[in-house]
Amino acid sequence: MIDLHGFGHLLLAGTWVTVKLALVSLSLGLVFGLLGAAAKLSEYKVLRAIATAYTTLIRGIPELLIVFAIYFGGSALVMAVASIFGYDEYIEVNPFMAGVAALSIAFGAYATEVFRMAILSIPQGQWESAQALGMTRSKTFFRIILPQVWRVALPGLGNLFQVLLKDTALVSVVGLQDIIRQATTAISSTKEPFTFYLAAACIYLILTAIATAGTLWMERACTPQARYKG
Amino acid sequence: MNWDIIIKYYPKLLDGALLTLELVLISGVIGVMLAVPIALMRASKTPWLRVFPFCFIYFFRGTPLLIQIFLIYYGASQFEVVRESALWVILKEPYWCAIIAFTLNTAAYSAELFRGAIQAIPNGELEAADAFGMNWLLKTRRIVIPRAFGIALPAYGNEVVLMLKSSALASTITLLDLTGMARTIQARTYTPVELFTAAGLIYLIMAAIVIGLFRYMESRFNRYQYYKPNVDQMGVDKQ
Repeated sequence: MIDLHGFGHLLLAGTWVTVKLALVSLSLGLVFGLLGAAAKLSEYKVLRAIATAYTTLIRGIPELLIVFAIYFGGSALVMAVASIFGYDEYIEVNPFMAGVAALSIAFGAYATEVFRMAILSIPQGQWESAQALGMTRSKTFFRIILPQVWRVALPGLGNLFQVLLKDTALVSVVGLQDIIRQATTAISSTKEPFTFYLAAACIYLILTAIATAGTLWMERACTPQARYKG
Repeated sequence: MNWDIIIKYYPKLLDGALLTLELVLISGVIGVMLAVPIALMRASKTPWLRVFPFCFIYFFRGTPLLIQIFLIYYGASQFEVVRESALWVILKEPYWCAIIAFTLNTAAYSAELFRGAIQAIPNGELEAADAFGMNWLLKTRRIVIPRAFGIALPAYGNEVVLMLKSSALASTITLLDLTGMARTIQARTYTPVELFTAAGLIYLIMAAIVIGLFRYMESRFNRYQYYKPNVDQMGVDKQ
């Protein structure tokens, strides 16, 4: 099919980096999204304002610019954030960390909206009946609301993960050894740009197909009523 | 924060913003023109007509835009045939390569939106057109496309904002769009925070203008949805 001149293992190594980047950014981005949604639905005006500013800003700025800002903006920003959480050592920003930060912040902004809509779709009666059983608000959220939110939010989150998977390519611009970077390395010695970028594109197609299948499987798994044939 | 840097390089950033707008506008217009026939084929009832649009949409939506740009800009040079053809005048210019990549990419995404819109047209309206004896062309021109346009408008507005954001990728093939300009200047001045903040603000303003424009278009074009007949003046008894 496509002759890779023995550079196939480079592309595979790059694929592993891409998958790692996507999964780490996904888990961090989900946390940002939940925090954002909680802030948007909070009763405190300040929290709502911060969350609105976060989603409006991030959704209007190109992901590539966010990657650049975090990578070139240097360690200053990351160290400032880290010191909030009580970590004052020197942190050097490597492309992977910059990528995780940029992609999870971008994912979180979109996920905030998905989670917010999903939380709002849970009937108020659920909160009230949990309260009647004597559950605290946080207990209600984690035991009653969140498991139902997950089901409603899943299709939206699946779409966002597809976007995230494709956005990982941006981090290659600041030097991460992902699929595209490895393809470029192979091209510099083989002088066959079309072959290797096409091979890279095929790997992305396979990855997005796997992600779609995974999302569909999870949707099926958490809607037992759809499978029930009485 | 060093404001002098922002003020000093502000005109340059605006030049970059102009190129960004130009890229989005040209590829957006050609993209829509490509997307309409692709969407019509994708929604058609003949199976073999659906094969090409399906593959086209699947490839362009399933791979990163960065790879598509690289495939066109760097990839085309691999083939002797391309380098010697008349096309090479276009394909060696990063500007045209960016426009081709953006056009095909946005055509794929908008074709999928339009297909959804075409299939969302109430069946009764199409049957009514058939009942009037309209042929396929007339029905498509007078009923399907205007109706689908109205249905797809809000989603298409989102797509334009996404395209505005992804146009930043033009900077990866040496174009000096807004992102490319900010990156080039910061390589000289070492003031990333100031420049990327300024560029980000300009992007936000552009996105806000696009969103406002589409809100306005929607309020004009889908006016029937907001129309409330004045019951008092029509002399109808209120129950």
